[in-house]
Amino acid sequence: MAAHGAVLSLCRFIKPFGGGRLGNTVKVFGTTLTSHRNKSGLNPPPAKYGGRHTVTLIPGDGIGPELLNHVREVFRFSCVPVDFEVVHVNSALETDDDMNNAITAIRRNGVALKGNIETKHTLPASVKSRNNVLRTSLDLYANVMHCQSLPGVQTRHKNIDIMIIRENTEGEYSSLEHESVSGVVESLKIITRNNSLRIAEYAFQLARDKGRRRVTAVHKANIMKLGDGLFLQCCKEVASGYPDITFDSMIVDNTTMQLVSKPQQFDVMVMPNLYGNVVSNVCAGLVGGPGLVPGANYGRDYAVFETATRNTGKSIAGRNIANPTALLLASCMMLDHLELNDHATSIRNAVLTTMNETRLHTADIGGQGTTLEVVQSIMRIIQSKGQLTSEF
Amino acid sequence: ESLSTPSNTPETTRGMVQDPTQFDVLVMPNLYGDILSDLCAGLIGGLGVTPSGNIGANGVAIFESVHGTAPDIAGLDLANPTALLLSGVMMLRHMGLHDHAHKIQKACFDTIREKKVLTKDLGGNSKCSEFTADICRRVQDLD
Repeated sequence: MAAHGAVLSLCRFIKPFGGGRLGNTVKVFGTTLTSHRNKSGLNPPPAKYGGRHTVTLIPGDGIGPELLNHVREVFRFSCVPVDFEVVHVNSALETDDDMNNAITAIRRNGVALKGNIETKHTLPASVKSRNNVLRTSLDLYANVMHCQSLPGVQTRHKNIDIMIIRENTEGEYSSLEHESVSGVVESLKIITRNNSLRIAEYAFQLARDKGRRRVTAVHKANIMKLGDGLFLQCCKEVASGYPDITFDSMIVDNTTMQLVSKPQQFDVMVMPNLYGNVVSNVCAGLVGGPGLVPGANYGRDYAVFETATRNTGKSIAGRNIANPTALLLASCMMLDHLELNDHATSIRNAVLTTMNETRLHTADIGGQGTTLEVVQSIMRIIQSKGQLTSEF
Repeated sequence: ESLSTPSNTPETTRGMVQDPTQFDVLVMPNLYGDILSDLCAGLIGGLGVTPSGNIGANGVAIFESVHGTAPDIAGLDLANPTALLLSGVMMLRHMGLHDHAHKIQKACFDTIREKKVLTKDLGGNSKCSEFTADICRRVQDLD
C-alpha cells in the first residue's frame, strides 16, 4: 500500500538523525506519519454494524448536557453515522465508580465527546479532579487548541491564528501535595524527559503537517531551572530534527504580555500543563470567549473532544443562552478524526456561516440569539446545502 | 455582567482579556502574580509605564520599575521615565506623602494625555528631559 511505502521511506529519512530514541518515536508515530489527517497516531476504531461509529458521550455538568443534546440533534438531522453511548459522571460523589465506567467506555469506543465535569473544591484533597483523572488514565498527553479570529465576532485584536499544544498529563497537575509541617504545604511539579520529548515531537509534527512555520516553547526556566529547564532542553532536541521549522522560546509572563498586545506574532506554541491552561484561556479571551473555541485531547490510543476552556457554565445552565459553537466545532473535530470529513465540513461551514454571515450570536459574544435559534439556523443552512437530511 | 465569573487563575486570565474592568484588587501566590502582573501590564501599555513595589515587614519597601535595563538607549536621553516615576509616586504614598504623590501623578498623566512631548516608545519624538520638564512645569502650576 502507498501508506506503508510512505512510512518506510520516512524511516529511512529519520534514522540518520539519531537512531535509538527517534527510532522509538517513529514506531509510536508511525501511523501519524502515514495519515496527515490523523494526529493521534491512531487508526480510528473500526465502524461497527454497517458503517456506524459508536462514540462515548459524557454530558458533564452545567451547560454540557443541553449543548451536547444540540450536537446530537444536529448529527441526527444530518444523518451522521455516529451512535452515542451516554455515560453519566456525578461530580458530587466521592467514589470513582462512575469515572471508571466512563474510562472503560472510552477504552471500548476509542473516541469520546464530553462536557466539563465540575471539580468541587469542597471534596477532600485526595479526590482528584475528574477531568484530570480522565486525561491521565487514558494518557491523553496532548491537548490541542486552535485559536482563530472569526470575522463575525468583534474583538480588539484581529488576524489571530495560534495553535496551542499543552502537555496534558504531568507538570503542576500531578496532584502530589503534602503537608509535612502543619501550615506548610509542598506541591510537586513533575516534568519528565519522556513526556516532554513526546509533547515536543507532537507539536513539531503537527506544525509540519499543517504547514506552520514556527514553534515557540513557553516556560519559566529562569526560575524553575531543572523542571522547565528539562522541558526546554527536550524541545530544543526535537527541534533539531525539524530544520524546516523555526524554534524559539519565551518566558510565560512575557508571553501573556505579548499575547494581549501583539498576538499575531505567534504561530504554534508548546508548553507544560499549567502554562498551557493559562495561555489557552488568554487566547480564548482574545478571539471572543470560551463559547467559541473547540479543544481536543489526543493520546496514542484514544481521543477526547470538548470545549477548549473547560468551563461548566453553571450560572447559565438551563437558560437557553449558552453558545453551542465550541461544542459543535469540537464535534466536527471528532468527525474529522473518524474520517467522516464530509459531515465535518458541512456542519463546520454551517456553524461558521451562522457566526460570520448570518451573524446570529448568543449573548456571550454580544448578540441576542438563544441557543435554540443558533442551532436551528445551523440546521437550516445544512439543509439548504442540499445534503441528505432527516425530516424533523 | 460577565456570564462566566472566573473561579480560578486560568479563567481569571481570560476574564482579564475580555473585560478587565470587572476586577478591582487581586491577591495571589507568586507564580500567578508573575503571570497576571505582566498580562495586565500588557493591557495598559507595557512595562515602560508600569510601576511596582515590594512591601516587607515593618514597612520596609522597595519600589521599582520592572522593565529591562535597555543598554542600547542608556545615556542618550531617550528613555521613558514613567514607570520609575510612578513607582516613586507609590513610594510617596507608602510614606504618607499623599499630596505630593497626587500632584506628581496628575502632572504625569496630564502630560501623557496631551501627547505633545511623548518619548519614542509612546509614539512621540521628545527627549526624556523634555518629557520630565513638562511634568515639572505642570507640578509647579498645580502649586
